[in-house]
Amino acid sequence: MALSVDLANLALLGQIAVNSSTAVLLASLGEIVTERSGVLNLGLEGMLLLGALAGFAVGAATGDPAAALGAAAFAGALAALAHGFFAITLGANQVLSGLALSLLGAGLTGVLGRDLLGAPGLVLAAIPLPRLSAIPVLGPALFNQPPLTYLALALAPLLWWVLGRTRLGLLIRACGENAGAAYASGVPVRMVRYGCTCFGGALCGLGGAFLSLSYTPGWKEGMSAGQGWIAIAMVIFALWKPLRALFGSLLFGALIAAQFLMQTAGVQWAPVWLLRAMPYLLTIIVLTLVHASPRLRRRSGPPANLGRFFRPEG
Amino acid sequence: MGFRFVVEPWTAAAPKRRAALSLCTALAAAGVLGSLVFALAGVAPGAAWLAMARGALGSAYSLSEILVKAAPLTLTGLAVALCCRINLWNIGAEGQFVFGAIASCAVGLFAPAWCPPHLLLPLALAAGAAGGAAWALGPALLKARLGVSEILTTLLLNYVAVLFMEHLYFGPWRDPEGMGFPGTAELPDFVWLPTFGDTRMHWGLPLALVLALALWWLLARTRWGFRARVLGESPKAAAYAGFRAVRITVTALCLSGALAGLAGAGELLGVQHHLQDGLATGLGFTGIIVAFLARLNVLAVPFAALLLGGMLVGADQLQTDLRLPGTAILALQAALLFGALLGEFLAGKRVRVVRTGKREDRHGA
Repeated sequence: MALSVDLANLALLGQIAVNSSTAVLLASLGEIVTERSGVLNLGLEGMLLLGALAGFAVGAATGDPAAALGAAAFAGALAALAHGFFAITLGANQVLSGLALSLLGAGLTGVLGRDLLGAPGLVLAAIPLPRLSAIPVLGPALFNQPPLTYLALALAPLLWWVLGRTRLGLLIRACGENAGAAYASGVPVRMVRYGCTCFGGALCGLGGAFLSLSYTPGWKEGMSAGQGWIAIAMVIFALWKPLRALFGSLLFGALIAAQFLMQTAGVQWAPVWLLRAMPYLLTIIVLTLVHASPRLRRRSGPPANLGRFFRPEG
Repeated sequence: MGFRFVVEPWTAAAPKRRAALSLCTALAAAGVLGSLVFALAGVAPGAAWLAMARGALGSAYSLSEILVKAAPLTLTGLAVALCCRINLWNIGAEGQFVFGAIASCAVGLFAPAWCPPHLLLPLALAAGAAGGAAWALGPALLKARLGVSEILTTLLLNYVAVLFMEHLYFGPWRDPEGMGFPGTAELPDFVWLPTFGDTRMHWGLPLALVLALALWWLLARTRWGFRARVLGESPKAAAYAGFRAVRITVTALCLSGALAGLAGAGELLGVQHHLQDGLATGLGFTGIIVAFLARLNVLAVPFAALLLGGMLVGADQLQTDLRLPGTAILALQAALLFGALLGEFLAGKRVRVVRTGKREDRHGA
């Protein structure tokens, strides 16, 4: 088992790792904002697919990256709005509504995308940043990436700042921790929740667009392959903190990169099916470790009012 | 003068009336949402619904096909309903279904020659149930001991189960005489579930109905069922009464897995007879919709399964007549689930029309 790990190899590995983490990072950052406001949206898988198809279809039709990304974000936000209506206004079961959204995304994209299978379209390729991308190893990994990857990497610290250090973040967290108290002190709880849910949906839609415009350009049925569910698990691993989500997503990306490297080097340390099942299994293992660690559990749990219906009159 | 709709709680509604109302709302909402999906897909909704009705109800054969689908759907619906009654989410019926099929296939393929053939069918069914229960055991233990979300673990294991099954029929279990077609060899006919007449209807359906009754009895009439229901209604009360939550949780999830595994075994032994592509077609996932359409009432599950089975059979016609892809059924199921949620909301409410206008304002002043 001779793996040649030289600098060029390491740079490539880093580039693949950061690249592969993008969709999960965007989706989990969106879900963190949604859940911090008290809404549980399990429909990420569906929103990823809707974003992927909307981004691809509009990109192929117009050739305009801005329009494609706008369409993807809009599709994700619209789907999240539907979930928000059931969760925030009707007080429906949020688990079921999220599952329905996942089903809807899979079904609707399958039907609407049937003529786009394998069609050529817009590709958002990597844009090397001048100077920065010349830094050895770190340069290609961090500064030779597609635009949505830059966005995801920049959003993690930005959301950390907004959620933890601004008044808006305080309002959002208040809605998630104690909606009654927030309402009593004048916070429009349901408006905040709608806003956060739609913002989360928009980010998830952009994550989908990354898949269909940059990661594996083109539209394929079910192309998110469970990444939405992995992103939901990522939120728990991240203890609802954006920077930990960045760390966790990069770890996920590193796993994908390692798998890629092994494959190209012809090293087979496990049967192929097990390698393909690894992201799902490792997600379960990581979730278990988070729950088994008393230190982590003490540090931070889910928002106290997560998934709870809030009725202003009562 | 104008009108305003006021939605207000309606506690006086009788439970049966509420159930009927919620079902009607679910179907109506599903009809509207489904029509929207068809329209978006560029297909006339009327034509699509007609095609589905023709596909599902058009012939004696199609009616029998509904019953073929209703058998596994009843079992997976029971699996989900059982868990939800005690506030557990089994989103992994699909994976347990697959593992049940794998386990029963192993019995059919590798039973030693000295094993009496008439024992093999019960053995294969038992293996299916055991396989499903085993696939649910991990999430059950993680949930009961550490509180790991069973929603995520059961769901993620679905992907693993399907990958493992593909590995088996593409690799070690592949039929060497299968002309390069991926799939295991056909199981010997003495492990097949007997069918009724010339149809594909098999003994899985009566078995599922018996199990629905048994589950009703378990939940409504036994001490275990009582404890499980208390745990579901109020974990605090259950703890105060000294019920062992860990044991009840693990038992319930494994039992649920066994039901889903049995569904997979029945599909393999009764319909497919090979482990092959097309065995895992979402019957496990559909169980979630079956359970909630039946409002978690186990005796209503077979009827909900019949309805969803009809939708599945009808949706096949959409593929042949209107060239819609197979995923169209997922959108329709989502419409039904959203409809059920809307129905659940409206069942406890009533809508009143209130006049607003000058006259009322004067009264108010």
